[in-house]
Amino acid sequence: MIRVLVAKPGLDGHDRGAKVIARALRDAGMEVVYTGLHQTPEQIVDAALQEDVDVLALSILSGAHPTLVPRIMDLVRENKMDNMLVLLGGIIPDDDVDSMIAAGISRVFGPGTDTQDIVDYIRERVADDD
Amino acid sequence: MTEIQDLVEGIGQGEKRAVARGLTWIERDSEKGKQLVRALFPMAGKAHIVGITGAPGVGKSTLVNRLTLALRNHGYRVGILAVDPSSPFTGGAILGDRIRMQESVMDQGVFMRSLASRGHLGGLSRATFGAVTLLDAAGFDYILIETVGAGQSEVEIMQLAHSTMVVLAPGLGDDIQAIKAGILEIGQIFVVNKADRDGADHTARAIRGMLTLGMQHLEWFPPIIKTVAENGEGMDDLIAAIAKHREFLQESGRLDSIREGQTRHLIELALQDWSLRAMRLAEQDETFWTALREAVAHGQADAADAARKIVESAQRGGATVGS
Ligand code: B12
Ligand SMILES: Nc1nc2c(ncn2[C@@H]2O[C@H](COP(=O)(O)OP(=O)(O)O)[C@@H](O)[C@H]2O)c(=O)[nH]1
Ligand SMILES: [Mg+2]
Repeated sequence: MIRVLVAKPGLDGHDRGAKVIARALRDAGMEVVYTGLHQTPEQIVDAALQEDVDVLALSILSGAHPTLVPRIMDLVRENKMDNMLVLLGGIIPDDDVDSMIAAGISRVFGPGTDTQDIVDYIRERVADDD
Repeated sequence: MTEIQDLVEGIGQGEKRAVARGLTWIERDSEKGKQLVRALFPMAGKAHIVGITGAPGVGKSTLVNRLTLALRNHGYRVGILAVDPSSPFTGGAILGDRIRMQESVMDQGVFMRSLASRGHLGGLSRATFGAVTLLDAAGFDYILIETVGAGQSEVEIMQLAHSTMVVLAPGLGDDIQAIKAGILEIGQIFVVNKADRDGADHTARAIRGMLTLGMQHLEWFPPIIKTVAENGEGMDDLIAAIAKHREFLQESGRLDSIREGQTRHLIELALQDWSLRAMRLAEQDETFWTALREAVAHGQADAADAARKIVESAQRGGATVGS
């Protein structure tokens, strides 16, 4: 069973995308933990640790990704959770994509993404070991 | 040291990572997970296990959050398991109980895990039993289990919890619903949540009325506690009620019979698993299965005869069925 945490970091109140992703992954047979709005990086990484998820799905539309994402990825490494796949989606300008990848994000998904592409991307990379 | 010994040691020290990984093993129901539960079993037995059940939306998750904060104030360590339903079609699930528990779950003395029911009926998931053993072994003083909350036939929590709390809220016609669903019989503590709303006294009276009808003979008469989970009102009363029920269990010697009941239930579940596997194996053996089915269809044997044949056949091929 593939387990995913869908998280909304920071003060961003745009949650439609996160909910669309959560439902799509559920419909694809995954278990999706959703923690709601306004999560700090510490809360997100702690939840991912306790829930032992295979995938961390971050949705950010506020423009705060340059500060939030590196902080989250530092905590991920501090907690030795390097096996976890970390995806980012929302409003991420093209110019920022490289720095997000450099910070440890596996891939960035922007507006208009077909959720099936996200499902396929996860399935190709995460072993469904039961 | 082996992988399992490593994990057992980490869990014994209450390390979050070890606890989280152990729970994943148990959820996978792999041989490793089974070995882990066996290894942890002797370390468990100290925690007080509290079940929280009631219809969706009555405020169970919010209550767990507040109760956890209050228990932490008393210095207790708290483990939380919250079960949500899996889709019967895709097997997927959205696990949203954590949303309401954000204030309490960051604490080092708290561990919270969301579980999907994975097809198990009765309000829990199969892994919940092993998960409780793990949290108990990890030294949590209280283990709170929020059930699916489908409202009906969620009686399995009785087999697992020491104290089962039935949560209701005014204005949902819940009093009647709960009575219909037979949920009143399983409550050792009743909580009327959302007491900030009109009708809480009415709901409390309705519960009291139903309880006094059938339960005068009981040694434990369930208390009815009014709470506002949103702001924490009533948590001291609730903790006192749980403590009192725990004392009652200890003094009346019932803890032992609860433990026996848990073991019995686990054996029953394993037996169900085994018989389902036997059924699958029989179905895979086309000749055997067709013969059985035809015999029943033509009245040469009844379903019970067929079932007996399946069990016998499974015993002969025991190695494959019994794994
Ligand atoms: C709807 C909307 C709102 C609604 C939000 C309702 C809600 N509950 O979500 C309301 C009206 C409340 C709102 C308010 C604001 N908004 Co607004 N909003 C939008 C709008 C028009 C659409 C967003 C949306 O819901 N899209 C539909 C969903 C399904 O798409 P999505 O989130 O992009 O998700 C898809 C992909 O991005 C991806 N995806 C998303 N997350 C993830 C995560 C992972 C892991 C993966 C794999 C994929 C993935 O998959 C999804 C499916 O394809 C956008 C403009 C736009 N075209 O995007 C502006 C926009 C996001 N808003 C903006 C702004 C500025 C605001 C406000 C600050 C405006 C104000 N001054 O008050 C406020 C802030 C509110 C707050 N508290 O944060 C800006 C953000 C600018 C920026 N980042 O630099 C935008 C881009 C508009 C703009 N062009 O200026 N907004
Ligand atoms: N008015 C009021 N609302 C509450 C109270 N407790 C919970 N709620 C709200 O009831 C809704 C459902 O709560 P939740 O804890 O998710 O219920 P659950 O489905 O039983 O776990 C949420 O919107 C809560 O904010 C309360 O004491 N008073
Ligand atoms: Mg809930």
